[in-house]
Amino acid sequence: MAADTDALQKRFDQLIDADDRIEPRDWMPDEYRKTLVRQIAQHAHSEVIGMQPEGNWLTRAPSLRRKAILTAKVQDEAGHGLYLYGAAETLGTPREELLDRLHNGRQKYSSIFNYPTLTWADMGAIGWLVDGAAIMNQVPLCRCSYGPYARAMVRICKEESFHQRQGFQIMLTLANGTPGQQAMAQDALDRWWWPSIMMFGPPDSESVHGDQNTRWGIKRFGNDELRQKFIDATVPQADLLGLTIPDPDLRLDEETGNYLHGPIDWGHFWDVVKGNGPCNRERLGTRVDAHEGGTWVRQAATAYAEKQAKRATEAAA
Amino acid sequence: MKPLLTYTLRQGDRALILAQRLLETITHAPEIEEDMALSNLALDLIGQARALYTYVAEIEGDIDGAVRDENHYAYCREQHEFQNPLLVEQPNGDFAQIIVRQFLHDAYAFPYWRVMQHSTDETLAAIAAKSVKETAYHLRHSRSWLVRLGDGTDESHRRAQAAVDQMWRYTGELFETDEVEQALVSASIAFDPDELRNTWLHTVAGTLTEATLEMPDDVVMQNGGRSGRHSESFSRLIGELQVLARAHPGATW
Amino acid sequence: MSGKADWPLWEVFVRAKRGVSHVHAGTVHAPDAELALQNARDLFTRRSEGVSLWVVKSNDITASDPNDRESLFDPADDKTFRHPTDFELPDEVANM
Repeated sequence: MAADTDALQKRFDQLIDADDRIEPRDWMPDEYRKTLVRQIAQHAHSEVIGMQPEGNWLTRAPSLRRKAILTAKVQDEAGHGLYLYGAAETLGTPREELLDRLHNGRQKYSSIFNYPTLTWADMGAIGWLVDGAAIMNQVPLCRCSYGPYARAMVRICKEESFHQRQGFQIMLTLANGTPGQQAMAQDALDRWWWPSIMMFGPPDSESVHGDQNTRWGIKRFGNDELRQKFIDATVPQADLLGLTIPDPDLRLDEETGNYLHGPIDWGHFWDVVKGNGPCNRERLGTRVDAHEGGTWVRQAATAYAEKQAKRATEAAA
Repeated sequence: MKPLLTYTLRQGDRALILAQRLLETITHAPEIEEDMALSNLALDLIGQARALYTYVAEIEGDIDGAVRDENHYAYCREQHEFQNPLLVEQPNGDFAQIIVRQFLHDAYAFPYWRVMQHSTDETLAAIAAKSVKETAYHLRHSRSWLVRLGDGTDESHRRAQAAVDQMWRYTGELFETDEVEQALVSASIAFDPDELRNTWLHTVAGTLTEATLEMPDDVVMQNGGRSGRHSESFSRLIGELQVLARAHPGATW
Repeated sequence: MSGKADWPLWEVFVRAKRGVSHVHAGTVHAPDAELALQNARDLFTRRSEGVSLWVVKSNDITASDPNDRESLFDPADDKTFRHPTDFELPDEVANM
């Protein structure tokens, strides 16, 4: 058996080294499988929980066009959650189990969704900043070594390209609007800026899974590198909007062309991760209520399917 | 022109208010797949409302020369000016109520749009041609679910029957007619809603039988949507719909 | 709790347009084939990606074992004469 495992490991390493894809029925190290299930599930959970902050404004969207766009966006998030659960399921863990892990707190979702959406401008800030940061994180995953995850990400990135654009357009409209709208836009940037740049995760010097994931082709860039890329892309956009990024230390480093940012409050980040953000309880509570409240519906459909199958068998007999 | 305006507005209101109720359910559906499905229904209905309101703006502009757009009708009217049937504004309740409300509506809306494709009013006929396809799917979806809930478990059967009993009183209004409609019927712009009743009844009776559910009888029907007399919950629905737009009069979004 | 609440998994195949085959797109959960089709429609054709759908229960798919890869697929590698490029012809024979 040991010799077999060695051969399988060797084959796996060859595929990884060749930057080829691992597919569901291939042999893979247990740790690779576990890491992927965890990462894909957390990604899926983030999409599903991420419907809530924007879902909060569906009924209040200020124009019919915005209402339709926001509905399509929230719907995409449900869809992206489903694509990702599908990818995770190819690794042998059923969705029901992944949802259980979300509902009982054993698996996390992105902390960014634990912040409240207080005004309509938050729909703009989420699209512009949160989706912008997410896209920066996600594009490299389109080349992830695990085939089903990479394919799901290709589809997701393609569909999400409108998400950031619609968010920026909301900000642009507000920034060029009435004084009240302008104030709303600045307030949203003030509240979403720091949480957005925390989305890239703790500094690489403190990151736990970094090296192995890079070796396995699950992670292609460091947290700090992506964060820098995001800031460099976003600062000129804020200038264009005439809005001020809430970081007094932010300045352009002439030598590197990068924007240097002030200290990030990682203590706050970990508080939110550990469940003490402004909306952790509400987000999880809403999800659990929907799932538990839907049990009788899912049971009804299963019961009907069983009855129908029985009827078909009896009719054939 | 006035009857056409009122008539088109009613159809827009029916679509918008039902969409608004569906949007309240997003993130609360019994399964994520159903969040997708209900969002799709809402999106189609928002699209129908926009097309209808845009046409209303055109008709009203021809009457008084003022420039309005679709948003005017959604965001700048008082609650009593909305003329949707009471059925579509009924609060969500459980999933059985959401599905029954949707099904009773779709069983009406599908044959409605089908016949409206033959309207002598070209704009309405064009809106109907698009809406009939969307509504055919809505009916398919709500019908599938009603059968599963009715013929599923004891609990789902009980909930589905309760929902049918609850919503039934709002179905009579769908087939009422008044002088606004009569004027359009004689010009073949609209069609006598009473003629849809049999088609509707046929669909509903067949589905309820398949779902092992009882059709209520001897129900006193409620009405009032057309005269702007809505349910108690309606002012909250409108308040939520309009809160932001009203807080920033004249703003662009 | 009476009865199972989790729905089986279905594989979804989408025909993008007339004239091309159905291609695997992903999976949905659904209690039965009818709702599997509806869920697949809502999940995989939101942006006009399809004109036709197939759904099949994931459990009903029989797949080849990756460990049989060499015995199943490698024997084809040395039969290059099955490909037209294996045959060099004079330039005068332009299209064949």
